[in-house]
Amino acid sequence: MSKLHLELSAIGIEFPTPKGAFRALANVNLKINKGEFISLIGHSGCGKSTVLNIIAGLHQATEGGAVLDGKEVNEPGPERAVVFQNHSLLPWLTAYENVELAVNQVFKNTMSKKEKREWIEHNLELVHMSHALHKRPDEISGGMKQRVGIARALSMQPQVLLMDEPFGALDALTRAHLQDSLMEIQAQLGNTVVMITHDVDEAVLLSDRIVMMTNGPAATVGEILKIDLPRPRNRIALADDPTYNHYRSAVLKFLYEKQKKIEDIKSASQSVGIKKATSEVA
Amino acid sequence: MTTQTKSHVLSSLNLSMPKFNTSMLLALLLPTIGISLFLMMWSAAAPKIDTSLGAFPGPAQVWEQTLTLWDEHIQEREKEEAFYIRQEERNAQRAAQDPSYEVKIRSYTGKATFIDQIGTSLVTVLAGFVLASLIAIPLGIFIGLSERLNQAVNPIIQVFKPVSPLAWLPLVTMVVSAVYVSEDPLFEKSFITSLITVSLCSLWPTLLNTAVGVANIDKDLMNVSQVLRLSTLTHIRKIVLPSSIPMMFTGLRLSIGIAWMVLIAAEMLAQNPGLGKFVWDEFQNGSSNSLARIIVAVLTIGFVGYCLDRIMLLIQQRVNWDKSTQVR
Repeated sequence: MSKLHLELSAIGIEFPTPKGAFRALANVNLKINKGEFISLIGHSGCGKSTVLNIIAGLHQATEGGAVLDGKEVNEPGPERAVVFQNHSLLPWLTAYENVELAVNQVFKNTMSKKEKREWIEHNLELVHMSHALHKRPDEISGGMKQRVGIARALSMQPQVLLMDEPFGALDALTRAHLQDSLMEIQAQLGNTVVMITHDVDEAVLLSDRIVMMTNGPAATVGEILKIDLPRPRNRIALADDPTYNHYRSAVLKFLYEKQKKIEDIKSASQSVGIKKATSEVA
Repeated sequence: MTTQTKSHVLSSLNLSMPKFNTSMLLALLLPTIGISLFLMMWSAAAPKIDTSLGAFPGPAQVWEQTLTLWDEHIQEREKEEAFYIRQEERNAQRAAQDPSYEVKIRSYTGKATFIDQIGTSLVTVLAGFVLASLIAIPLGIFIGLSERLNQAVNPIIQVFKPVSPLAWLPLVTMVVSAVYVSEDPLFEKSFITSLITVSLCSLWPTLLNTAVGVANIDKDLMNVSQVLRLSTLTHIRKIVLPSSIPMMFTGLRLSIGIAWMVLIAAEMLAQNPGLGKFVWDEFQNGSSNSLARIIVAVLTIGFVGYCLDRIMLLIQQRVNWDKSTQVR
């Protein structure tokens, strides 16, 4: 029915450290179909970002690799556009110019000047930023910056849209707005999306499948949960939906029962510090 | 709409009026008090210092010499103009008597006035600064981009950076004399010597700051550049250069300050024309007015240095995109 688009096969990666090699990922396997929305969820430090960076080509896997449409991924490229957590817009360029940089690079020889301009404006309109085309990043809010970041990624017409906790740094209301926008855009364009998130609700609301990762070191895919909710999805209607809540609790169970994070020394000492502080207050 | 904006303008005017009265008045008053106190202390102390050239000049004598220097400049200009008019007349006469006569124009060789010296110094310092920047900015970018290159050249930079212009000068003079040989030189040798000395001493802050700025580009922006597959040239043009501009300008401002200080010292020691030579000539001259004239030069040097820094600051404020860091 739907055809295989992106395949992660037996990915493992080791990072050199002073104390020897650190194995971050081991045997990560995943098959992603065209137009699918995949969320990667797991405790912090489990290697979600590393998986995304390998797909993006920013990291090289030690073993295995990512294959996109039959071609192995070796280096970064605009067909795998990335939306970074901290928007990473060029601060000296306006919203329009930031998208323009990408468009000029990707469609250097295939679009006329006029087509480029229309394409840039179209993408900024998709993320509802038409009113602030010529504002610089320091003149707009965090949510707006992230919208421009998404517009820049979309303007590359990527085969896969990679999002690294795109809404992590935003407040809850802005985040909800952007999630709705993203669902809208995805319904319209049918992009394949791989998104990292910490937010269980976000994962269930947006995804076709949620990939839950085990804790590191040597993290791998723990469980994959298929979200069978009809689209378009409405967050208010879903709030009382038993299926939705069932999915939600499945993810929560995985994270807090099966993969209960064992505190390492650093975070343990932090919590001791917190206890100390609270006892001092008392 | 127009009435709205009008009333808006009016209300903002009304609001800003009391602010203007207090803070602007203080901003004028405090420096005036400071300068007056300084002048009073100066004129009180000056007559008590006896030198071989008479008492140390106070503000009044210095002001008098400022006017004299200006008059001398005007007179010199008049003489020059008269010289050229005379020459023209003479040439016209000769040409009338003898049609085959080839007109020769001799340039005026009067002595350089104080104002001329300021001009020479300004031209030299700007040329030296531009040369230093043309070397330091590209080199700084390469050093910032390559950690290996940085490790290779850093010791050399660190050793040459603190070298005084006075130490460079004999070497530069000898090398320029040996290398810059031409029948019809475009520039004076002394100009080239000053220029190179100024560049050698002033390029380091720009070099180091540019390198640091380039080396510390946001990792996210580097990733963006990689995802877009920007070519090296586009990467430098679109990502590296703009993001290192704030640091680069910090370096440029330090450099122009150093360039100006170095130039005066170089002119003095090497007898290159300019303000430094003026100071040295007055010192050698040793007339009763010499000290006052040197003080005029000192104040001028300070004022020009201040203006150069302000101009750089204006440019910096114009090109700096990082509004979170206040530029001052």
